Amino acid sequence: MDILPILATLRRHKVTATLLILQIALTCAIVCNAVFLITQRLHRMDMPSGVAEHELVHLRLADIGRRDDEKARTAEDLALLRQIPGVTEVASVNQVPFGNSSNNSGIKLDPKQSQSTLNMTTYFGENLAQAFGVQLVSGRMLQPDDYMDFDAVVHAAQAGDLKHLPSVIVITQALAERLWPGQSALGKQIYLGSEVPLRVVGVVRGLVRPSIWDDAMAQYTGILPVRVFDGNYILRTAPGERDRVLKAAIAALKKSDPHRVVIAQHIWDDMRSDFFRQDRAMAVLLVGVCIALLVVTALGIVGLGSFWVAQRRRQIGVRRALGATRANILHYFQTENFLLATIGIGLGMVLAYGINLFLMQHYELPRLPAIYFPVGAVALWLIGQVAVLGPALRAAAVPPVVATRSV
Amino acid sequence: MLVYYLDLAVRSLRRNRVLTVLMVLALALGIGASITTLTVLRLLSGDPLPQKSARLFYPQLDPSPKNSAIDSNGRLPRTMGYVDAMNLLHAHRATRQAVMALTQAKIMPPQAHAHPFFSDGVMTTADFFAMFDAGFQYGSGWSATDDEGGSQVVVIASFLNDKLFDGADSVGRMVRLNDHDFRVVGVLKPWAPQPRFYTLGLGGDHYGDGDAVFLPLKAARALKMGPQDTECYQAVDDFTHLETAPCQWLGLWVELDDSSAVASYRRFLDGYVKEQVALGRFQRTDSSLLDLMGWLRDQHVVPDDVRLQVYLAFGFLLICVVNTVGLLLAKCLRRSQEIGVRRALGATRREIFVQFMVEASIVGLAGGALGLAFAELGLFGIRHQPAQYAHLAHLDPAMFAFTFVVALVASLIAGLLPAWRACLLAPAPQLKAM
Repeated sequence: MDILPILATLRRHKVTATLLILQIALTCAIVCNAVFLITQRLHRMDMPSGVAEHELVHLRLADIGRRDDEKARTAEDLALLRQIPGVTEVASVNQVPFGNSSNNSGIKLDPKQSQSTLNMTTYFGENLAQAFGVQLVSGRMLQPDDYMDFDAVVHAAQAGDLKHLPSVIVITQALAERLWPGQSALGKQIYLGSEVPLRVVGVVRGLVRPSIWDDAMAQYTGILPVRVFDGNYILRTAPGERDRVLKAAIAALKKSDPHRVVIAQHIWDDMRSDFFRQDRAMAVLLVGVCIALLVVTALGIVGLGSFWVAQRRRQIGVRRALGATRANILHYFQTENFLLATIGIGLGMVLAYGINLFLMQHYELPRLPAIYFPVGAVALWLIGQVAVLGPALRAAAVPPVVATRSV
Repeated sequence: MLVYYLDLAVRSLRRNRVLTVLMVLALALGIGASITTLTVLRLLSGDPLPQKSARLFYPQLDPSPKNSAIDSNGRLPRTMGYVDAMNLLHAHRATRQAVMALTQAKIMPPQAHAHPFFSDGVMTTADFFAMFDAGFQYGSGWSATDDEGGSQVVVIASFLNDKLFDGADSVGRMVRLNDHDFRVVGVLKPWAPQPRFYTLGLGGDHYGDGDAVFLPLKAARALKMGPQDTECYQAVDDFTHLETAPCQWLGLWVELDDSSAVASYRRFLDGYVKEQVALGRFQRTDSSLLDLMGWLRDQHVVPDDVRLQVYLAFGFLLICVVNTVGLLLAKCLRRSQEIGVRRALGATRREIFVQFMVEASIVGLAGGALGLAFAELGLFGIRHQPAQYAHLAHLDPAMFAFTFVVALVASLIAGLLPAWRACLLAPAPQLKAM
């Protein structure tokens, strides 16, 4: 196909052609970045939790009056919950992955350090790892004789009595790799705050934090051998049994004491979807905007294409009369669109890169991967070709006889 | 003449119905998206107390030792410890001052068989209500004597009064909070400034309904009611005696009437910090006194997502305007002959220009009207989004007017180029071509 005559024609439609190029460029830039943002969100929503996601039920209760028998009460509750048919594991825990409320602590590798090495979240609760379905990678899980009661630990800490404080900890692979890259974490020592030494006895594949303010630190987690009695319960059961187990659990607990308030009750999957709902909403919005943008641009191409065809009816007629085939005319408009799209895409890529730089500076986004450029280009070329097909076909249908008419 | 232009414009637009619909639709989509996101941004970055915000200030200081475990990135702690908050409160250097922390209060309704429920509460001191312009429906706030004496009194929000006492004057009645009786001294009028500036740093939601109960700090603490958020700069194991712990959990707000009062308070704060350093309590001498809007900005109260959405929407609007310019221009170039005839019959360039601008404004106004509908639809969608501020998203009259200004300006910009081109066309060649 001869490009020069097309360029010559376009030179006579500078302004309209420029506008179309500009529109394609802007669309290309925004869509590339929007799609990148969407994949970022989707990736975040897929964040691994390390727990048996489809098998968990979470329950949180509060008493109406003050009670001083939380321990006996918790033991009683756990026994009741364990009796529910279908329940395989139960635990009384201090916090739940993606549950938003969390206990965190600075840790040090050397007690003399003035600054903490990093901040990790601390999970407490007997049988917690088993109930969550956390997978052991090396070492051992915490054993019943490692465990101490929360209030006893608090008293010991106040008295500075190391003997009655926990001395072992299970940590996640991510944390182990961050603290001792390339080495086995087993047997290594960390310090909670500046005084409590803890020996790593086990490493688990993962256990995500309840609240995440930095995705890179989402898996910095330790499980401590402390029993808690806060009415925060985790039940593990078969996926299909969860609704029934949740209802049965509430009924059983309310029956044992009707004066209790259920503060929270979840099938654990819902906690994940709640946790990421903001990301999901944003992703949906971005998808909507991308579609709208592409449609507007496609319609713009259709509109402008139709005008140009109508405007050049006589020229087309003359060309046809001079021997051009319908295919020639069709290809002419297709090539014209391809040229405009190419310039637009080239400009759009530069713009996309600029927007990405801006976002990187202000919103801590990573660099736009190079793959977006060819994919974006192909997408816009295709949209351009589809959009111009209608007007181009209409142009090809112009009969040669038009050349002989005056208007 | 204008009527004639309108008639011409409508004829011209009707000649290419599909194209007209396309232009209007594209413009409307862009305007709808922009207005929706702008409304949300305005809502989120709005002034919670417009009549008062310039006079409200948030002092900050830093009691943590130089080798503190908290990595604060050079930022001052968001809250204060009890001792400092009380020292500054009792100094009475501002017109009004109040300390506050958020708490969860368990409320037992007076009705028989009713279930207890948890509500947001504020533990604060006497000046809170007058300082934040929280008006009373019944009764009044408590006094400084109540603060010191630890009186078990409570001010309740109007929605809680409706729930507990069916909206009746409940002053003097008892409310059972965390298993203790508190005497109602006042019922607020509906009061929920957005964003909830006073909860920033205290662990509460930034937007949404106001708090249900307001309690004197001392009385609430005597009953072991805990703050929502606590930050400690040294290891602490006992969270029940927060008053003496190396922890920060209180926000202090002060009301200062003019710039000289602000300057003098700044000097006072600076002096206080230096004095504490001299006493050996503090190691750092930094302090700050931000005004309300400055504090909101400092705390990045507007989510990043919302700003991104605004950029996105304006990018979208830009594309829609470019689209409309292109289409209008193409349309006008096809009408060179019509323009030639009109010019030959005596129309001036000015008249041609006005004619095309009228046509563009019709597209703009239609786009604006439709854009308004889209914005309403968008806000309806926002209201069903999972965000704290979702139910607050409504189109206000200022935004309504702004829609049309945006639409008109967008379309006039879109019309400018075609109209300019049209009025420049020389009539003779066009007539010849006929």
